[in-house]
Amino acid sequence: MIECLNLSKQFGQFTAVNDLSFTAHQGQVLGFLGPNGAGKSTTMKMITGFLEPTAGTIKVCGADITDDPIGVKRKIGYLPEGAPSYGEMEVGQFLFFIAACRGLPANLIKPAVESVISRVNLEKVYYQKIETLSKGFKRRVGLAQAIIHDPEVLIMDEPTDGLDPNQKHQVRSLITDMSKDKTIILSTHILEEVHAVCDRAIIIAGGELVADNTPTEMENMSRYHHAVSFVSDLDTELLNKIKGMDCVLDVNYDARLKETTVFPTQGLFIFDEISDFLRKESIQVKSLKMEAGRLDEVFRNITINTAEREVVK
Amino acid sequence: MSSIKSIVKRELHSYFATPIAYVFIVIFLIMSGVFGFYFGNLYERGQADLIPFFNFHPWLYLFLVPAVAMRLWSEERNSGNIELLMTLPVKKMDWVIGKFLAAWLFIGLALLLTFPMVISINYLGDPDNGLIVASYLGSFLLAGGFLAIGSCLSAATKNQVIAFILSVVICFLFLLSGFPMVLNFFALFMPQVMVDAIASTSFLTHFDSITKGVLDLGDVCYFGMVIGLWLYATTLVIDMKKAN
Repeated sequence: MIECLNLSKQFGQFTAVNDLSFTAHQGQVLGFLGPNGAGKSTTMKMITGFLEPTAGTIKVCGADITDDPIGVKRKIGYLPEGAPSYGEMEVGQFLFFIAACRGLPANLIKPAVESVISRVNLEKVYYQKIETLSKGFKRRVGLAQAIIHDPEVLIMDEPTDGLDPNQKHQVRSLITDMSKDKTIILSTHILEEVHAVCDRAIIIAGGELVADNTPTEMENMSRYHHAVSFVSDLDTELLNKIKGMDCVLDVNYDARLKETTVFPTQGLFIFDEISDFLRKESIQVKSLKMEAGRLDEVFRNITINTAEREVVK
Repeated sequence: MSSIKSIVKRELHSYFATPIAYVFIVIFLIMSGVFGFYFGNLYERGQADLIPFFNFHPWLYLFLVPAVAMRLWSEERNSGNIELLMTLPVKKMDWVIGKFLAAWLFIGLALLLTFPMVISINYLGDPDNGLIVASYLGSFLLAGGFLAIGSCLSAATKNQVIAFILSVVICFLFLLSGFPMVLNFFALFMPQVMVDAIASTSFLTHFDSITKGVLDLGDVCYFGMVIGLWLYATTLVIDMKKAN
């Protein structure tokens, strides 16, 4: 469990993180979302003990990091942004070194390295120098060093950044497998990832917390939540007819894709009405679907508003 | 303690995994030989000792030791590794000591490889081997002092070239303060007590007294203190600079 209370970090005049409070529970994957420079990485650096907060407290598994930095660091696995490592070392050597630094007892180091190598599929590159590896393998080495001691808390800064779709899938299933008994925080720019792995997401903008919901709740905040879209040739008259319906808030027609999106009046379920209407008017429809809501739209709304607020201030 | 051991092992391994080790050792051996024989007239003097050889060590170290020290921390900061190191459950001081010890042992190894000098001089004459051992110890301590200064300045910047130049300058000041020319200048307008105080801060004064065969506990303590203080300063600088 990670508890952050009124966390602030200032660099000179610049406020990177401002009065941030949240709790991450065991068995939960918490996603950090936010534009670049929002304070996601700074927050992670404070939780892992790399930076000291200007104000506020951090408790990891009940222990304050300022009271017992070494003890707390022992419980954390951390994958820093860009997965730094020693390029001139072989993968195996590097993991042995990290395991020793993590304070694993000498007789447990070898089994720990072997188990982590097979979990992140590094067998092929065991004797290869890290600087000669591809980006995907480097990232997996970074992941391996973070989980080698089976930590209670796992913090990952953009774990899937720069990976191809297959590697992303692999890393995500690894995270989901581990999430049962761990507290996991990860930051990402990829919104589909939030849906794929996170139980809860926090949006940070301008160093402040602007949303804290489950991914589904966040989608519900979207204009697209329960919107109905279909692909078909429509003329203006028909569009206006749909727009005139009581349950419809707005209609959007994309001429290029020939896609019509019908937005419902707040909270209404309009799929039946729209499909009845299309059948009644005998309109040829290529596809008809109901949207769950679009995270990217919610993300944009929330973070852009905050950015504007900052300017006004 | 065990983490210091792992760090020393890793660091030493990394010296030999890259060309650094070989380049340094070869250059060190060639230069120390050239200085001793050509400029020190080791052979022509007709005396069975290694004094000319050791006399050049401070000047040799002035450039070679900062070259080893410059990468200690600035490379870690530049590659972003510092974030990984500082979030491992290892004390900051352990990192500083571990990295320092590895570099010191490495220079010690280069120093040991000058053993053919000792064999030659023993073959040519009958030198005072006790003095030679003391001089080796003094030379090793001197290298440690330079290295501790270099470690601190390496932590202060991401740029290895800057770290190198700053270390050379600071090390030079520590040498200079024991140079007779400088001391004579101070003696013109300062009481002898002050001049002695300045001289006592110099690496050269303490190094000279050890190589003369006076293995005084004070000289050894001096180098120990210098190393300790600069390493402590290194941990402070790392803390100050790690965020940017």
